Amino acid sequence: MRVGIVGVQGAVSEHEEMVRALGHKPVWITRPGALDDISALIMPGGESTTISRLLESTGLFAKIREKGAGGMPIFGTCAGMVLLAKKGGAQVRKTQQKLLGLMDMEVSRNAFGRQRESFEASLDIEGVGNRFPCIFIRAPAVMGTWGGCRPLARFGKAIVAAEQGNLLATSFHPELSGDMRIHEYFLAKA
Amino acid sequence: MAERKLLFGTKRLKEGFAKMQKGGVIMDVVNAKQARVAERAGAVAVMALHAVPADIRASGGVARMADPKRIMDIIGAVTIPVMAKCRIGHFAEAMVLQEIGVDMIDESEVLTPADEEFHIDKKKFTIPFVCGARNLGEALRRIDEGAAMMRTKGEPGTGNVVEAVRHMRRMNSELGALAVGGKGELAQKAGEYRVPLKLVLETKRLGRLPVVNFAAGGIATPADAALMMLLGADGIFVGSGIFKSSTPEKYAKAIVEAARNFDDPKALLRASAGLGGAMRGDEISKLTLRMQDRSA
Repeated sequence: MRVGIVGVQGAVSEHEEMVRALGHKPVWITRPGALDDISALIMPGGESTTISRLLESTGLFAKIREKGAGGMPIFGTCAGMVLLAKKGGAQVRKTQQKLLGLMDMEVSRNAFGRQRESFEASLDIEGVGNRFPCIFIRAPAVMGTWGGCRPLARFGKAIVAAEQGNLLATSFHPELSGDMRIHEYFLAKA
Repeated sequence: MAERKLLFGTKRLKEGFAKMQKGGVIMDVVNAKQARVAERAGAVAVMALHAVPADIRASGGVARMADPKRIMDIIGAVTIPVMAKCRIGHFAEAMVLQEIGVDMIDESEVLTPADEEFHIDKKKFTIPFVCGARNLGEALRRIDEGAAMMRTKGEPGTGNVVEAVRHMRRMNSELGALAVGGKGELAQKAGEYRVPLKLVLETKRLGRLPVVNFAAGGIATPADAALMMLLGADGIFVGSGIFKSSTPEKYAKAIVEAARNFDDPKALLRASAGLGGAMRGDEISKLTLRMQDRSA
């Protein structure tokens, strides 16, 4: 199966290695046309302000939204989670960042603080498994969900993994953890 | 579900932060206004300084960590990561920067070195460090000290990309030599580089530096940024190139586009056209101060 990874900025090669290790073919997505040729899409972590700007200038923004709404499985990690959300918190508004608006959730960027406050924690993820090594780097969090969006994992009050049909989002970085269970769970959607 | 033990400042968190910067452009800024210009243009982070390298070069004297108040103003102005520079070996400046809450410290040859023998023991800090290097040995020594990210030194503040190219090419050719080196040669290299053999073996296995490696030092145009990406850089630092150009907003946006589309001639052409004057720049042979030679 061909699995696309949005390749405009951020931790792209780390997802690529996970996809390859699971026996699939990773494809860097930098042009809208490439989206017609894949079975699932991963939106990696990076700087969400930068990524959303580059998604617009490359024409990927509208096409990803169309594919996501049409049922293509999309998995967003960290910045990718921010972009999937319908609503953003104060930092999203401040930077007038455009969101894809595919998942019924409100995200807050840098919800746990700055890099000094970045942390690792072992969490249980519904449907995926227990004691998952979660790596939070200046991570966002979901402050609330509605409609079809379902929380899968929490850290304190914050929702750090969520799912809505074909769409999956995590605050943390499974691609840095060496644990492939979330990627496996996601690719089963395709 | 109750949280179990939390970990802060691990190698994985530090190097992971650097990985999130890949493919991006980090811009030097001296105040909140410039930081907002950089963020709007799509910078992945800003580097907070009291003056850009070209001005540091011109003004002379001892260059130190920026006033914490200035750095805090910049932190307050943007949502993207804020980095700041400390002097080589000046771990007290680094302590101050960590206390402020900057996201990464650049132990930088752009500032006047505080210690000619020792670099900072970077493993002792919770926040990650980036350091400059001219060759593989320097890079591996810094990584061994705990640097989570590397960059070429280039020659800062010159707007002249030739030294960054030299450093990136040298690194690539030394990595190539490791790839074909036998066991005896690798042990010899570890001795020559003054690093553990384990780190040399890991580098050989990866076929690249074990941490993210950006280009820095003299990048002034979109084509400069593309050139460095084509030579294998993971991303770009632009120091004086943006705010010493005649049109900083345009240059900032164009360099971000060029770092993304470095292998697409049409996109590079679009990014390069009609920008107005780039920073003036210096011939390397005319310099009185070579910042890159300040440490090894």
